Amino acid sequence: MSKIKCAIIGSGNIGTDLMYKLQRSSLLEPTWMVGIDPESEGLARAKAAGMKITDKGVDGMLPHVLEDGVKIAFDATSAYVHKENSDKLNALGVMMIDLTPAAIGPYCVPPINLLEHAGKREMNVNMVTCGGQATIPMVYAVSRVQPVSYGEIVATVASKSVGPGTRKNIDEFTRTTSGAVSKIGGAKQGKAIIVINPAEPPLIMRDTIHCLTEDAPKQAEIEASVKAMVAEVQKYVPGYRLVNGPVFDGNRVTTYMEVEGLGDFLPKYAGNLDIMTASATRTAEMFAEEMLAGRLSFDVAA
Amino acid sequence: MNAPMNLKGIQIKVHDMSLRDGMHPKRHQITIEQMQSISQGLDAAGVPLIEVTHGDGLGGASVNYGFPAATDEEYLRAVIPHMKQAKVSALLLPGIGTVEHLKMAADCGVTTIRVATHCTEADVSEQHINLGRKMGLDTVGFLMMAHMIEPEQLVEQALLMESYGANCLYITDSAGYMLPDDVTARIALLREKAKPETEIGFHGHHNLSMGVANSVAAVAAGARRIDCACGGMGAGAGNTPLEVFIAVCNRMGIETGVDLFKVSDVAEDLVTPILDFPVRIDRNALTLGYAGVYSSFLLFAKRAEQKYGISAREILLELGRRKMVGGQEDMIEDTALTLARERGLLKANAA
Repeated sequence: MSKIKCAIIGSGNIGTDLMYKLQRSSLLEPTWMVGIDPESEGLARAKAAGMKITDKGVDGMLPHVLEDGVKIAFDATSAYVHKENSDKLNALGVMMIDLTPAAIGPYCVPPINLLEHAGKREMNVNMVTCGGQATIPMVYAVSRVQPVSYGEIVATVASKSVGPGTRKNIDEFTRTTSGAVSKIGGAKQGKAIIVINPAEPPLIMRDTIHCLTEDAPKQAEIEASVKAMVAEVQKYVPGYRLVNGPVFDGNRVTTYMEVEGLGDFLPKYAGNLDIMTASATRTAEMFAEEMLAGRLSFDVAA
Repeated sequence: MNAPMNLKGIQIKVHDMSLRDGMHPKRHQITIEQMQSISQGLDAAGVPLIEVTHGDGLGGASVNYGFPAATDEEYLRAVIPHMKQAKVSALLLPGIGTVEHLKMAADCGVTTIRVATHCTEADVSEQHINLGRKMGLDTVGFLMMAHMIEPEQLVEQALLMESYGANCLYITDSAGYMLPDDVTARIALLREKAKPETEIGFHGHHNLSMGVANSVAAVAAGARRIDCACGGMGAGAGNTPLEVFIAVCNRMGIETGVDLFKVSDVAEDLVTPILDFPVRIDRNALTLGYAGVYSSFLLFAKRAEQKYGISAREILLELGRRKMVGGQEDMIEDTALTLARERGLLKANAA
């Protein structure tokens, strides 16, 4: 069966981890990796894996996009350059999966709204944030049972798994995640908190999701919904685990999660990064299925 | 310190914490009126700087840390206009508060912004410190749980904050774990490495009864700003008690500009009566200081003890063993649940 050809923009930790996940996909074929540093380990690994590479940024790949049949690109660079990357590739009929916090396209949290996006032929979808991917499914698991007036998530990540981009603009994490907790998670109001822990050995990502329900929580239904949602996320992140909960305390419903990564390129404790690459892969596969079935194609701008 | 300590004539600035750190033992329920009366008392006593916000800083209002009786903005707008000489500061923990909160606080009239990170994570403070400085605020970099790393590493982190624009650097003993020599080693090295014009500060907790001794050691090593709490009202066993520290400074000739009797009246007449329980070194607060655990975890651990039947001390020790940092209040219920399940104290549950 033919596969949809993909490009990875960004040859850092995320881009490299993504490469390994795409290589395992039965629907996707990573063909390009784009970097800006000729010495980058990611580019070297991509080259060794038989991919085409450039260290000249997206412009280095643009002349080859059409002849190489690239249909989906992943942007794992930074919010600052994302729009430019996206505009250039969209013009060549390439859809963009945005792993930066730029969020110029709609948020995508696969178990909640991926199908909807594929149906709408979105050319740019945003993967929210690591904390968002790990927690919003749990907010939704409660809000699909009954109205949630307030959703709050606390993501705790290992210091070693937080890159310089996130550190320079940690507000972007809080802002983007809290927005998506309400917009995608379905809580009327959203709040997000991130804590960075430097313990050695590094701790596995932990996420706590507090929901305040409008009326008394329907415990049995919420328990079933949470369980089903955990299973749904585990399809693409096997290390997504419910550690404790749901705890019911008045109108508070709290779930305590742990996210262990697959350890492809990133270490296993960095479940926060793994859930991003895994969600992005899952998203691309859904679009790829539509493309392969002939139901979805994007035009090259004249 | 072998030489006799002569600190006579040294001028320092004390910074009151009772209306911010003191929010922890009050479960963030200090009323607007209480904030007003205490801050006015402190102002009249000559306290130059008073911190006012949610206990976990701007934006701390949450399920995780507790919802306060009023918003940060309501507190700040209620307090600041009545200050005759005192300035008001706000605390901000990146990851909880954002630059929007900082702008709001500045708009309310805050003159000092303190940007706090865990001691190894100074680089998450860049955007907030940058902005604070750009806005012309007295901008403080505040390194929490500073006992967890060696002085050299700590100074490296502090200098990052200085490079972002902080004009004052704080070493913060969030767990009340440090002994005077620990303070001396850290403050002295920082004083040596920081720019001469950069001020150095110390924030203590009284969990091992070292608040005053540590603060004096800090002054001796070069700190010129010292955090205290009137009536000792702060997380854990409280902060360095302001009135006690002022008395000791008076005896040593350290100049604070604060009137001892007035400030001890504020402690006695205004702060102590609003306490829900005596802020003191009970066995759990002692455990914080002994095991090096974040002081604000105290009440959460007590509540978890009530609910799950695991002693607060055990929970705190476990949190210390797992090297939990400030902000991980969520892990207290989680840890209690896990311990309770391991001991068969929970009915069959999801996980």
